[in-house]
Amino acid sequence: MTIPENWETVIGLEVHTELKTTTKMFCGCANAFGSEPNTNICPVCLGLPGSLPVLNERAVDLAMAIGIALHCTIAPSTFHRKNYFYPDMPKDFQISQYDLPINSRGYLDLRDGTRVSIERAHLEEDTGKSTHLGGSGRLHGADRSLVDYNRSGVPLVEIVSGPDIRSSAQAKLYASELRAILIATGASDGRMEEGSMRIDANVSVRRVGDELGTRCEIKNLNSLRSLQRAIDYEALRQVELLVEGGVVRQETRHWDEILGETSTMRTKEEAEDYRYFREPDLVDLAPDQAWQERVRASLPPMPAERRAALIARLETPSEAQLDAVETVIDLGLDPMVHAALDAGVESSLALARAANELAAGVDSLHNLTGEAFAATLAMEQRGELSATQAKSVLGELLASGGDPRAVASEKGFEQLSTDSLGATVASLIDQYPDEWARYLEGDDKLAQFFIGQVMKQTRGQANGKSVIAELQARR
Amino acid sequence: MSSPLTRDEVAHVAELARLSLSDEELDLFTVQLGQVLEHAADMSTLELSDVEATAHPFGLINVTRADELRPSLDRDVVLAMAPDARDGRFAVPRIMGEAP
Amino acid sequence: MKSASEIAEQVRSGASSAAAELDAALDVVRARNEELNVFLYVDEPGARAQADRIDEAVSRGDWVGPLAGVPIALKDNLCQEGVPTTCSSRILEGWRPPYSATVIERLLLAGAVPVGKTNLDEFAMGSSTETSAFGPTRNPLDPSRVPGGSSGGSAAAVAAGMTPISLGSDTGGSIRQPAALCGLVGVKPTYGLVSRYGLIAFASSLDQIGPFARNVTDAALLLETVAGHDPMDSTSLPEPSPDLVSHVNDGVAGKRIGYVPELVDGADEAIIASVRAAIEVLTEAGAQIVELSIPELRLGLSAYYLIAPAEASSNLARYDGVRYGLRINADDVAAMNEATRTAGFGAEVKRRIMLGTYALSAGYYDAYYGQALKVRTQMIDAFKRAYREVDLLIGATTPSVAFPFGSKTKDPMTMYLSDVFTIPTNLAGEAALSVPFGTGEAGLPVGVQLLGPGRSEAQLFAAARVLERAQGEP
Repeated sequence: MTIPENWETVIGLEVHTELKTTTKMFCGCANAFGSEPNTNICPVCLGLPGSLPVLNERAVDLAMAIGIALHCTIAPSTFHRKNYFYPDMPKDFQISQYDLPINSRGYLDLRDGTRVSIERAHLEEDTGKSTHLGGSGRLHGADRSLVDYNRSGVPLVEIVSGPDIRSSAQAKLYASELRAILIATGASDGRMEEGSMRIDANVSVRRVGDELGTRCEIKNLNSLRSLQRAIDYEALRQVELLVEGGVVRQETRHWDEILGETSTMRTKEEAEDYRYFREPDLVDLAPDQAWQERVRASLPPMPAERRAALIARLETPSEAQLDAVETVIDLGLDPMVHAALDAGVESSLALARAANELAAGVDSLHNLTGEAFAATLAMEQRGELSATQAKSVLGELLASGGDPRAVASEKGFEQLSTDSLGATVASLIDQYPDEWARYLEGDDKLAQFFIGQVMKQTRGQANGKSVIAELQARR
Repeated sequence: MSSPLTRDEVAHVAELARLSLSDEELDLFTVQLGQVLEHAADMSTLELSDVEATAHPFGLINVTRADELRPSLDRDVVLAMAPDARDGRFAVPRIMGEAP
Repeated sequence: MKSASEIAEQVRSGASSAAAELDAALDVVRARNEELNVFLYVDEPGARAQADRIDEAVSRGDWVGPLAGVPIALKDNLCQEGVPTTCSSRILEGWRPPYSATVIERLLLAGAVPVGKTNLDEFAMGSSTETSAFGPTRNPLDPSRVPGGSSGGSAAAVAAGMTPISLGSDTGGSIRQPAALCGLVGVKPTYGLVSRYGLIAFASSLDQIGPFARNVTDAALLLETVAGHDPMDSTSLPEPSPDLVSHVNDGVAGKRIGYVPELVDGADEAIIASVRAAIEVLTEAGAQIVELSIPELRLGLSAYYLIAPAEASSNLARYDGVRYGLRINADDVAAMNEATRTAGFGAEVKRRIMLGTYALSAGYYDAYYGQALKVRTQMIDAFKRAYREVDLLIGATTPSVAFPFGSKTKDPMTMYLSDVFTIPTNLAGEAALSVPFGTGEAGLPVGVQLLGPGRSEAQLFAAARVLERAQGEP
């Protein structure tokens, strides 16, 4: 169900991303996912009495990279303490940035042409993780909780958009474009399922033309699909409430993926009072022009640029090809495609092999070079390999690298000599005289029949084009 | 003489600070905190809108460290000092409410 | 009693041994600790192991550091690995840190022999050591009186002859004031000169670790040993440790020293007299004294008693019963936090936490904490202007000599007022020391305070040395 015509949804997204640093924000413990609980901790990230934070230089580099990629202004900034009690916070305050964040006033252009403003992208430290015992494993009903501080102190950047998004579909566009940017800068691996990228949505509704409505913050969105579903649900909930004459309460709501609804997280009479004040154990951050330039110079091209560069090389791309381009850009496969195009491979072949075969083996991409990819496709294009054979060679190259010709040879994909192909075709003509007669009379459909027979006899090793050439030659 | 802060405010602040006070303590602290705040009244009359807070007295900025691994603590050592530890984690009584 | 410098020399030369010096120290500890309650914990096995290490190194002809074999007492808000560290609070009773403060690592490298952890006001909040959860410390010069605070134990350890030197911490005067009350040299170094890594925080922008000693040279030696840049402390000054001992006898010829009325107003007559006498000595020695009023100093107390508790309220939030220390169980974690903190903290700590929480809270930040930060800037600027006219400032350290137990505990403000002369230096982040000069009521020692801009410790020691020599100290 969608909201009525004269209403609109107003959405702002807050995205937290863990930064791909080797160590945590303020100490030298490993920033690693999946370690045994409480094995990556030290006095600093455990907040032991007497410990002090020291800022990770690479976290600052990556925060600036994100700021530059989002067209933000990088300004001198300070760190603040956000004070509240919660067991996953070892100091019972979080070091974050408040009124002077490192990045502010940027924007992100969506593929549909919308420009979403980025209010800020600031640095902060992550908290530990608690698991709940007893009850359903969810927080409510648990009678004990266990805390793991491995994640405590992991560097985060929080990116806050303006309320410029107008639909759940746009929200998804924003989130996936932002994710692609974060991956491209090297700042993040964008894994929502692992929690390295977390999204909270601020949703409000209004009749078109009215003032902004009261917004609710939705948490626990673990995938782009949840993001969309939750926004749709919440928008409808709010509209129904308002249409009935009710009032939307400003609150934080929890998205339940299974029930497909948002619910109030807790009733509180007042908002939390975080008593923000400047963190006295850290000094101000004021990256000079030289530092900013170094970061800027080290940035690879961003998805939007790369998308444009790839599309520019396609002549009148079809919908399917544009879809393939999205997959290719998302997965960072465009250098491969460019290598193939440079070698003269035709674009639909290059895109198809990249968006399908390479996409399937994207975790082993490091085994395959652009040259090897291009050479394999060139062989296919020249008829030296069939489609099946080319895919097999690519599979092998992804698994263990190597040279395409050598791999093809090992697999026995030798080019059938014209003589042996001729002999095969000749023997088939003898075997199926009636079919041959009909082909000679102009029934082209039978070409397929003969190709199929040739393939059967040669166990798929014949090249389709060569077979057609052979048949035509004998016509 | 009325105190600059009320008993209710003191109670609220105690809650924020996770401290529970008896009635007598509430009364006493209201008076005592009030005395300190009254003394601070000599500051409140000053016109200081042009004055900025100072970050570090000697203007230190950009203090960072390289992104290099350093040894972590031995988990056994850390958990040995915990009031309640189970399965390699710190155990606490149930948490009522999600993190803010 | 041997000075630290003498002990180190004798241990290095073989004329004495670290083991023998430790024995001597422990004898005095055993004789007087029960009465004075100086040490909360004596680490005899650790001390013996360190002393043996030093003696072995000496016998092999290896290098041993500038404090070789010197027994030292450490305030119990300094984390020492494996040794109980309580901040004189029930909430940390029994806690043994898994790491040592940077200053302690430097001390061990220098060959010093930490004897144990000394008593303090709980979490360093106080000026008499009366708020300790483990009983007050008595002034060795008159056990019916306080030794001062919050570093009362560290001052008493040296004044009682247990160790020649000790480390304390100073946030609003907590080294200088006990030094004055116990007749010792006590220094609050420039903010950032000494690493705070491993110092259990009270007020992060004000805290500094510093030395207690019976003479200026020992204080300089100890400070030199622990000072210098530490990459584990973001607020630590970038330079290595300065040379201090080598400048102790520089004298004060040609120095301009400002006598600040705001730093003596309200002090006992005898104390003002001591300051005046000190001025005469310095003049004789070639310094030029000018009277220099700094009215901004009068706001120091108000600003401090908002800034320090505000930072403390946040620094002490971590004591929640979850990861270490005291836990009082309850059905849910918030109730557990509350029960633990209520049982674990004493009244003064609770008072300051609440005051600080209030000063930072929504609606009050601008009026209280925010305003106090601006006053602090004014104080920093006022000092800057003063130091364009003069090299150093002089005044009293405390308004009175050591006072009897219970005489200032009727209401918090009375105790807070005893910090009025020391607080401004912490707010400005600059350097100051107290040097014993003259006596007051009941023959108790008086401390004269010398103040200087950031990084002026060498000059301060030189001036203090002039005063020390004038009293017949060798």
